[in-house]
Amino acid sequence: MAQDVVAERITKEITENPVMLYMKGTAMFPQCGFSARVVQILSHMNVPFKTANVLEDMELRDGIKKFSNWPTVPQLYVKGEFIGGCDIVTEMYQTGELSTLLSEHGITHSVAA
Amino acid sequence: MAMSAGAIESLIRAAIPDARVTVEDLAGDGDHYAATVVSEQFRGLSRLKQHQMIYAALQGRMGGELHALALQTSAPD
Repeated sequence: MAQDVVAERITKEITENPVMLYMKGTAMFPQCGFSARVVQILSHMNVPFKTANVLEDMELRDGIKKFSNWPTVPQLYVKGEFIGGCDIVTEMYQTGELSTLLSEHGITHSVAA
Repeated sequence: MAMSAGAIESLIRAAIPDARVTVEDLAGDGDHYAATVVSEQFRGLSRLKQHQMIYAALQGRMGGELHALALQTSAPD
């Protein structure tokens, strides 16, 4: 039952926010190196994004893992689609795929030099 | 709590028999690993699906007793 409530919350957040990051800590104060790296990449690309701190909410922490079928946090969503965790986001950033994906969805960002 | 590199490798091989697996203990603490997995089974799959196959192979240990496992997956060239 609680899972339904969390799933509903997540669905709403990933629908309303084109770039939504589930992380440990906040964009200003990440509390895990992997979360920090994803924040760093998004900030560096000047992507507008919203974050949710799973450390503040145990139900969200478990719920997001079930929702995405993904065992770890951070988790990045773009336009409601699950993109991946730190490794995948980093790799996509390095190959330029992340920039392409954002462009395809009409999300403004600066292109890495 | 911690898992050995050998245990990680065996679990991945058990699920993906053709996989070439390299596991590196990043911090020497048995808790932070990096794994490179190359398998024909990954061909045509997204990175997301490839990583999900590894997580499935680890049978729920990822995020639990296995805290950090950086993954790099690919199909053979």
